[in-house]
Amino acid sequence: MTARAEAGREDTAVPELMVGPVMAGPEVTTGPEVTTDSGIPVAAVYTAQDVAGGPESLAKRLGLPGEPPFTRGPYASMYRGQLWTMRQFAGFGSPEETNARFGFLLSRGQTALSVAFDLPTQLGYDSDHEMARAEVGRVGVAIDTADDMADLFAGLPLGQISVNFTINATAPIILAMYLVAAEREGIRPSQLTGTLQNDILKEFLARKAYVFPPGPSMRLVADVVEYASDVLPRFNPISITGYHAREAGCNAVQELGLAMASAIAYCDEFIDRGLKFDTFAPRLSFHFATTLDLFEEVAKLRAARRLWHDIATKRFAASDPAAARLRFFSGNSGTTLTAQQPLNNVIRSTIQCLGAALGGAQSIHVMGYDEAFEIPSEEAVTLSLRTQQIIALETGIARTADPLAGSYFVEHLTDEIEARARSVLTDIEESGGAVRALEIGLPQRWITEAAYQVERDVESGKRPKVGVNVYVSEGDQEAGRDMELFQPEPGIAERQIVRLRRRKAGRDRNACDATLRHLEQDTADGRNVMPSLIEAARSGATVGEMSDVFRQAFGEFREPSPW
Amino acid sequence: MTRPRILLAKPGLDGHDRGIKVVAMGLRDAGAEVIYLGLRTTVAQIAAAAADEDADIIGISVLSGAHLEIARQLLAAMKAASLDIPLVVGGTIPPSDIAVLLRLGVGRVFATGTALPDAVEGMLRLARSRAAVP
Repeated sequence: MTARAEAGREDTAVPELMVGPVMAGPEVTTGPEVTTDSGIPVAAVYTAQDVAGGPESLAKRLGLPGEPPFTRGPYASMYRGQLWTMRQFAGFGSPEETNARFGFLLSRGQTALSVAFDLPTQLGYDSDHEMARAEVGRVGVAIDTADDMADLFAGLPLGQISVNFTINATAPIILAMYLVAAEREGIRPSQLTGTLQNDILKEFLARKAYVFPPGPSMRLVADVVEYASDVLPRFNPISITGYHAREAGCNAVQELGLAMASAIAYCDEFIDRGLKFDTFAPRLSFHFATTLDLFEEVAKLRAARRLWHDIATKRFAASDPAAARLRFFSGNSGTTLTAQQPLNNVIRSTIQCLGAALGGAQSIHVMGYDEAFEIPSEEAVTLSLRTQQIIALETGIARTADPLAGSYFVEHLTDEIEARARSVLTDIEESGGAVRALEIGLPQRWITEAAYQVERDVESGKRPKVGVNVYVSEGDQEAGRDMELFQPEPGIAERQIVRLRRRKAGRDRNACDATLRHLEQDTADGRNVMPSLIEAARSGATVGEMSDVFRQAFGEFREPSPW
Repeated sequence: MTRPRILLAKPGLDGHDRGIKVVAMGLRDAGAEVIYLGLRTTVAQIAAAAADEDADIIGISVLSGAHLEIARQLLAAMKAASLDIPLVVGGTIPPSDIAVLLRLGVGRVFATGTALPDAVEGMLRLARSRAAVP
């Protein structure tokens, strides 16, 4: 670590153009405590001496793009060969409404789909369940049956378009319904491309859309991965995620350490199942946040690839290079956006998208500038997509791989983040591994404490937020009042319930019951549940009915007190 | 002076609990007694717990867009339990819904963009005004 942290020469004068009350000026750029957002000390300048081990050692740590240890990217040609996938997360209301939003996005040049499901679907309740009523179609699309899934993708070429599913506790059920919807279109599973999030550990950790306890939840994750390794060769059956822990409050180093701890726990589980690392690992995908500390974020994404290569080769003895090659999706950080001066969010999102591209992302989502208020309007999602397109096509970023390689600062940060993430990983391992750590609430406490610290730093002005604690204007608190926000169609719950009743009335009750009994049996006997879920989905069984089979068998998880 | 007792909960199915936990810590550090019921609590559970715990105020956080329906249900459950204490709502609340919530009978709304001290002091003030009534 460099000892030259006493910059002290920056201009600390507060610009006179400022309007309104100011809680803090930019004093954060001076003094001995200059750090990245995750607390890594930053010197005023970096030189060759800050890159550990000299040029030859660095060359070894980097490799070339597409070559181990993949620090510089998973593919040799990177964006010159293929641009990242532009994948805006979308879903609300009924399957038809979301289908229309998909069509809208594709017509504006989006290159893949990403489905947001409503909370009842994510938590295994049908739309007519009393817990579901207020939440139907709110944060995503309402899906009760395979028929709904078919309506969601009506008219879209499933054999050609890659689809991401943000679904976890009920991931096996949603995958089964997707396979049935594709089957009706005559598409074979081997043609399907896309990603099932299917990362239950981060639900316990941060996102909180868990249903069953950790043990049986891990079994369901493994059932999906095992099934996919046989029949879905082009589909990613899991996306191992640091993003949500980050959004819940932790820093970049913790995010990387926690994602790697989860990855290890999953790999152990799959190997226990009898799967070969070299067989399943090439289809593991990852998901990281990209926030506003541009160089730290790029360094984190580069460090992630190197760290995973190390874990895959040393710990799991990967022999196929593809099994040690980390590919990731990056979502911009919603928590960096502000309700005050909402147009500023366009700038924030642009920088985050740039960071993800400089970090070598395989697919990117850019937040809507209005998401502090509502799910994004058509205008806001168009602007998000245009942000990606402008960065991809007008900045020249796609011309060469890993353009920041060799920067003294970025290489120094990459080394530092890798080392610090390893130490987070060691803390998790010493507490008994990712699953055990979650059960005792260790990383949850890190996240909560970090979130509180961030809020106090905003309050004190230590962490400047334009429009929030610095450069505040009159009327900022009323921002959003005049914006054209997304307006959900009223009556979605009622409409979805009518649809569900019609579908239940139209199916062969006895045949459907038989498939659910079969699912019960396979669940109890420890067989892979995917075949019987697919059979049940075909017969018209609902998300709630299939989830109830698991609820009966596994029980439900209740989070321990955070304090 | 007794410490104000503040009951916090996440009703509905929404799991975004960063905000409510930060507010809970802020309230605790400001001297309040905080009872946090956690995720996926029903309006009946919240009303019952507020009565059992003799809470001075109830705070809920909803980021899923279900705030209007949940607030309506909770206010009805509080009325049925003769619970005459303020309810405050935080979360992703579109600007046009703030007045609607206040008209329903919600005491304060802390939408996205609320500074932590404003939420903490706002709740403490409401809680103390109730606690001062013998």
